[in-house]
Amino acid sequence: MMQALLHQILSGLANGGIYASVALALVMIYQSTHHVNFAQGEMAMFSTYIAWALIQAGLPYWLAFFLTLGFSFAAGVAIERIVLRPVANAPVLSVVVVFIGLLVILNSLAGWIFSYMIKSFPSPFPSDAWYGSPYLSPHEVGMIAVTLAVLTLVFGFFRFTPLGLAMRAAAQNPASARLVGIRVGWMLAFGWGLAGAIGAVAGMMAAPTLYLDPNMMTGVVLYGFAAALLGGIDNAWGAAAGGFIVGVAENLAGAYLVGTELKLTVALAIIVGVLVVRPAGLFGRTLIVRV
Amino acid sequence: MKPTLLRSLGLSLLLALALAVPFVASGYQIFQATMVLVYAIALFGLNILTGYNGQISLGHGAFYAIGAYSAAILIDHQIVPDWATVPIAGAICLVVGYLFGRPAARLAGLYLALATFALAVATPQILKYRGFEHWTGGSQGIILDKPDPPAFLPIDADQWLYLCCLAVTLVLFVLGRNLLRGRIGRALLAIRDHPIAAASMGIDTARYKAMTFGVSAAYTGIAGALGTFAAAFASPDSFDAFLSLRFLVGIVVGGLGSISGAFFGAAFIEFVPNLADRISKAAPWAIYGVLLILVIYLMPSGVAGLIRAMTQKINRDKETIREET
Amino acid sequence: MLRRIMLMSAATLLLAGPVALAENAPGVTATAIKIGNTMPYSGPGSAYGAIGKADAAYFQMINDQGGVNGRKIDFVTLDDGYSPPKTVEQTRRLVEQDEVAFIFNGLGTPTSSAVQKYLNQKRVPQLFVATGASKWGDPAHFHWTMGWQPDYQTEARIYAKYILQNKPDAKISIIWQNDDFGKDYLIGMKAGLGDKYDKMVVKDVSYEVTDPTIDSQVVSLQASGADTLIIAATPKFAAQTIRKVFDIGWHPLQLLTNVSNSVGAVMTPAGPEKGIGIVSTAYDKDPKDPAWVNDPGMAEWRRFMAKYLPDADVTDANYVYGFGAARTVVQVLKQCGDDLSRDNIMKQAADLKDFALPTMLPGIKINTGPTDYYPIQTLQLQRWDGKNWVLFGDVLSGS
Repeated sequence: MMQALLHQILSGLANGGIYASVALALVMIYQSTHHVNFAQGEMAMFSTYIAWALIQAGLPYWLAFFLTLGFSFAAGVAIERIVLRPVANAPVLSVVVVFIGLLVILNSLAGWIFSYMIKSFPSPFPSDAWYGSPYLSPHEVGMIAVTLAVLTLVFGFFRFTPLGLAMRAAAQNPASARLVGIRVGWMLAFGWGLAGAIGAVAGMMAAPTLYLDPNMMTGVVLYGFAAALLGGIDNAWGAAAGGFIVGVAENLAGAYLVGTELKLTVALAIIVGVLVVRPAGLFGRTLIVRV
Repeated sequence: MKPTLLRSLGLSLLLALALAVPFVASGYQIFQATMVLVYAIALFGLNILTGYNGQISLGHGAFYAIGAYSAAILIDHQIVPDWATVPIAGAICLVVGYLFGRPAARLAGLYLALATFALAVATPQILKYRGFEHWTGGSQGIILDKPDPPAFLPIDADQWLYLCCLAVTLVLFVLGRNLLRGRIGRALLAIRDHPIAAASMGIDTARYKAMTFGVSAAYTGIAGALGTFAAAFASPDSFDAFLSLRFLVGIVVGGLGSISGAFFGAAFIEFVPNLADRISKAAPWAIYGVLLILVIYLMPSGVAGLIRAMTQKINRDKETIREET
Repeated sequence: MLRRIMLMSAATLLLAGPVALAENAPGVTATAIKIGNTMPYSGPGSAYGAIGKADAAYFQMINDQGGVNGRKIDFVTLDDGYSPPKTVEQTRRLVEQDEVAFIFNGLGTPTSSAVQKYLNQKRVPQLFVATGASKWGDPAHFHWTMGWQPDYQTEARIYAKYILQNKPDAKISIIWQNDDFGKDYLIGMKAGLGDKYDKMVVKDVSYEVTDPTIDSQVVSLQASGADTLIIAATPKFAAQTIRKVFDIGWHPLQLLTNVSNSVGAVMTPAGPEKGIGIVSTAYDKDPKDPAWVNDPGMAEWRRFMAKYLPDADVTDANYVYGFGAARTVVQVLKQCGDDLSRDNIMKQAADLKDFALPTMLPGIKINTGPTDYYPIQTLQLQRWDGKNWVLFGDVLSGS
């Protein structure tokens, strides 16, 4: 009984790692542009396909990994400069619709180029490693470790580096940021590039478990979004914590509370309930607006 | 010609065209036209909430589903006559929308978007739930017959349904327009643009927001009921999360905060996917995405926004000409 | 003189009759027949779009060979995104605007259910629906609708029988997809186990297609103490299940739906050694199974793939499925001769006797009759040995 509970929790942490990495990419975009990128999951999926193609062509894993990171960074910058620049001053919802368009394009292109059959994606963590167990495979352990590493990097970047500060300023107050000499346009592009790279990591870490197909990330993005908001979208470690919490809560709800037929509903109801009580998320900052 | 006279003529012409459709088009085309009307009602509902009141909803597909299933269940179990299911569906959605809107009033922007999206994603699962299977038909869904026209009219079921939908559309649009042009409409706009100022002026923002949610849900629910008649079928897979995203696309493309925008948006979401399919069999949704993005580039405020900007420009030019002469 | 004129007129009428019928039949001309189809080429079911591609390629091949009885096949296939309202729209377009002769191989249970009543009311054949739901074999209520593949309930009954015969004390657990497909297996298991169901089935869990993983579900099933697992899951989730079951060190007897036993799409991604011992059923030959490397039937299929679908993934069993279904409908058309009225198409579809396909397992044949609308009703049991599926036992039916 306890064993089963422990198993569910650990399995939830493994899933939570996937949600947390997606949440981190969403946080990266949000902190640098104040937009939520609905196409984040599809960008991650597409990056993973690029990595898969490189590995199929014979490249060793780590070479393919870093080439993909570079490509995803460049693609993120390109998307910001080319696709989003024309709608920079459009109303928020118009930008959201552009994201939806991007999502649909990437999904459809991936299906057309790579077909819809599932593909295996290799894991850099050997399947007989010492840190594996029946509860968590070596890959799942490695994935959690990678997520935490990315989290530390993102947090440290925004908190402690001048570039990170400049990006946050550019997002929060573009006019004032320009006045102090910050190239706001390039800050936004850079933020997108970083988010693209983080998304690629999320995809490449998730694919060995989830199997690679064009719809790999569609279920994950909702949970990643929920996790980011639950933890506080202006807060890297809050969002990551949100991811792990969502993963565990979802598993426990399904296994012990309502059964799997209502698992999704209950998990979402819990998240929404928390948000109603704490509208800025568990670890977010409540902004007080003075008139 | 005076602008209002021109306007009335224009609207009458449109109405005449709309009435002509069932008699010149084929059955399949009438079906498509009926769906445009149905989506227009749903989009109008969503626009009341998002365009006029500033509350983002990514979950209106859920209310469409509730309306659809209410109608389907009532007919399947033969509880009320066909026509009565539409207002009942509206009433049910009004209540559900209000109940959802009350706590949701506390959420803003992104958080509300997530809460509504969660509702949209959870809807198919709730509809498939074993406990409700006796009523909802579970994954199989409910199959209905299209309502028959009254015996004395020499038209078929498709035409009858179209005309009924047209009548409902007109009634709902006139009611909604009056609501939005009046005091309540101004209160909604105030809450959208300056919530704190609105509150200090004595508007009970939480109650208004919840009521708006209710009314918006009612409109979309009525659309769902009518849509069920058109399809003669209701199943959980018809109401997935992507439906809610399509509604959002519809109101943005049509034009937020505009009444006529609902029709442009409805036409977009009904016909553009077919157009994309004709252009490319291999990756039709990629074409759809490209078209969507291009539309936003050209018309960031939607079709209605573009028309508004053009008419304003024409009026300004007329003014300039008048002043100069 | 008069008698001769009468005889000649009668003869002319008799000869002209069927031709005239064919010319007046919807979707049919002297040189072509139009066939309609809806498939999910986008959205959650898009993996099955390969079936539509296989159908189209097969008809292309037939056209290159001269068509059927001198008529080319004009195959119109539309995307419905696995969304029932879209299926209604596309089907109405095919019937009312494109005026197809009949609808063939429409994919999906909710999607095909949405148009079943409409097609039957309009008296348009809905042939060889591409799903295993049991509802398609009901000629008394839906004369114009017919399925093709063995239905899921029959398959589940076969598994139930297998368990009762080989492991009567089994503690059974079931993982099922939360839709018609998964539910049909539950119904079939209940039918097969009868009143033993409540005692033997200790736990069943469902999952949604939108769930990223099913790890939690598998863990719950292991915790229930079951020693037998029925996997009613689509390929991606079946692969995840097989892998997870192995990784957590659980070794139940596993029975896997034939929808998800493709070597290329499921067994290899899951890890070939992780599925050793899994029992499944089949009616088609698997393209990646080494047993059929030299089989003339599969060789014919491979030639077809190389010529008409050179860029397709040949490990995808959907292409075998489409090939088989398309060949079946071409057989129906051949049997129709020149009378391609919808009535006759339906009549010939319900008159297939011992029709064999090169891609089907030996011993499995297609049979239909006016009260038997289940073309394929037999399945072969097979066991995974780490490299191939090894057939065992006799060809079985569900009863």
